[in-house]
Amino acid sequence: MSKSPFWLKTLAYGGLAFLHFPIAVILINAFLAGDGEKATFTLRWFHEALARDDVITAIALSLKVASVATLLALIMGVMAAAALYRRNFFGKEAITTMLILPIALPGIITGISLLSAMSMLAITPGFWTIVVSHATFCVVMIYNNVVARFRRMPHSLVEASMDLGADGFTTFRHVILPQLATALLAGALLAFALSFDELIVTIFTAGHEITLPIWLLNQLARPRDAAITNVVAMMVMLITALPIIAAYYLTRGTETVEGSSR
Amino acid sequence: MSTLALRPLANTLYRNNNLFLFLLLTPPLLWFGVAYLGSLFALLWQSFYTFDSFSMSVSPEFTLENYRSLFDATNLDIILRTLGMAISVTLACAAIAFPIAYYMTRYATPRERGCFYVGVMLPMWASYIVKAYAWTVILSQQGILYWFINHLGLTNGLNQVLQLPIIGGNTLATSNLGRFIVFTYLWLPFMILPIQAALERVPSNLLQASSDLGARPGQTFRKILFPLVFPGVIAGSIFTFSLTLGDYIIPQLIGPSGLYIGNMVYTMQGSVGNMPLAAAFTVVPIVLIAIYLKMAKRAGAFDAL
Repeated sequence: MSKSPFWLKTLAYGGLAFLHFPIAVILINAFLAGDGEKATFTLRWFHEALARDDVITAIALSLKVASVATLLALIMGVMAAAALYRRNFFGKEAITTMLILPIALPGIITGISLLSAMSMLAITPGFWTIVVSHATFCVVMIYNNVVARFRRMPHSLVEASMDLGADGFTTFRHVILPQLATALLAGALLAFALSFDELIVTIFTAGHEITLPIWLLNQLARPRDAAITNVVAMMVMLITALPIIAAYYLTRGTETVEGSSR
Repeated sequence: MSTLALRPLANTLYRNNNLFLFLLLTPPLLWFGVAYLGSLFALLWQSFYTFDSFSMSVSPEFTLENYRSLFDATNLDIILRTLGMAISVTLACAAIAFPIAYYMTRYATPRERGCFYVGVMLPMWASYIVKAYAWTVILSQQGILYWFINHLGLTNGLNQVLQLPIIGGNTLATSNLGRFIVFTYLWLPFMILPIQAALERVPSNLLQASSDLGARPGQTFRKILFPLVFPGVIAGSIFTFSLTLGDYIIPQLIGPSGLYIGNMVYTMQGSVGNMPLAAAFTVVPIVLIAIYLKMAKRAGAFDAL
């Protein structure tokens, strides 16, 4: 491997810096006290933010929505992956396309169509409508992770287990499930992060409920409350970043195998 | 105890493949085929309904008027404005993403590459609204960008840029330039990752062969590397293009007034209550993306995914 030209390295690191610049601004702002000239380090805004009912309610709602939506998506995603990974049948392509559609189409289309369907069926938007809309676009996260793992899992393992006298249940419990575990966890973490900070669809399906991203959007109209906004923004960032890093390390080894085999 | 109940069930299912498949597929199919696609089609169906602007009510009379009115001067303006932004953001993302992806695959040490990978993934997954908020802070006149520009003595240069037609505006936060920067920032990671994946699949001995045969670096890039990586660029551009077309938050927060497709849909269904026109407007990004996908498919982008 040769040495990189200096300009290329500069561009690459410059691009990386560009990607992290706004995030750094949020992190720094969250710890600053005083306005403008004399900025000092403080944890005061954390205390104030966590003492506010609207902040706590919004965080709790978003955590609840993300957990339930992830659980539903897990069930649906695993079912779809188990059904589609090995068998070929008429309409299979159509089903995979359908699973991808909610994240392939702009969120506004998913949001408005779910909203109009709900109003036709006279369903009042609330907790469960948010959950349903989130689960709809989270399924594909689970599906992608699990189907990739299924494809790499040699079917001969299942056959060997059966030949050695294990029945279907034992095979599932001791052969299939252990191999799926990290894929399930990684998919669930991604789905959780996706749901936790989703805004575009949620605005349509939330009704009067205020999730954390909606709370943040409303805060943008209150510049005098910026100190609290900064702190909550930082917390949102952390709550989503941790599952993402975890998911990356869970699937890292397997991805290089997939890439090199092509 | 539950094991006892599940065991015979699991065994029956293993033996009866078709029953198993049917049981597995029914719940996702009901959810996606009926609930999700059902709502999508219901939305499209409503785009043919009639909106009475006097009584502000919708009646189920079939009409093509909503689609015709998309070509009215003001509505066409909205569509072209959004499309123009989507195209420029896509081009900018490709230009910025390529060196990053190239450095990642060709020169970075394995450790460095891991850092780059996480470094691209984290901002991609970081909360959309938090990133948007960060940019409103950065671009504001009391913000860090103005502070830098003032201290570097570039204020005049900035003012001259802001006076340009189309990209200019009163301040960075109310100019198309500001909006363009934010969109480019938001979708950049979606461009880096597919390009990086495509680059990884280019065998490095091809590039060596090219230079051994006397090609200059520029020639190798143009004749060998770029054609091989182009499908990856297209794959990334599908994201940047489609995400810009459907956005309605950024145009509200940053940049000049003047609606985007997303804002139009949002206002029409919300405060105006003209669901048929809103539905017709949602068809615009769908059609544009479908055309784009068709072109992308011809360029071979899907083999790269």
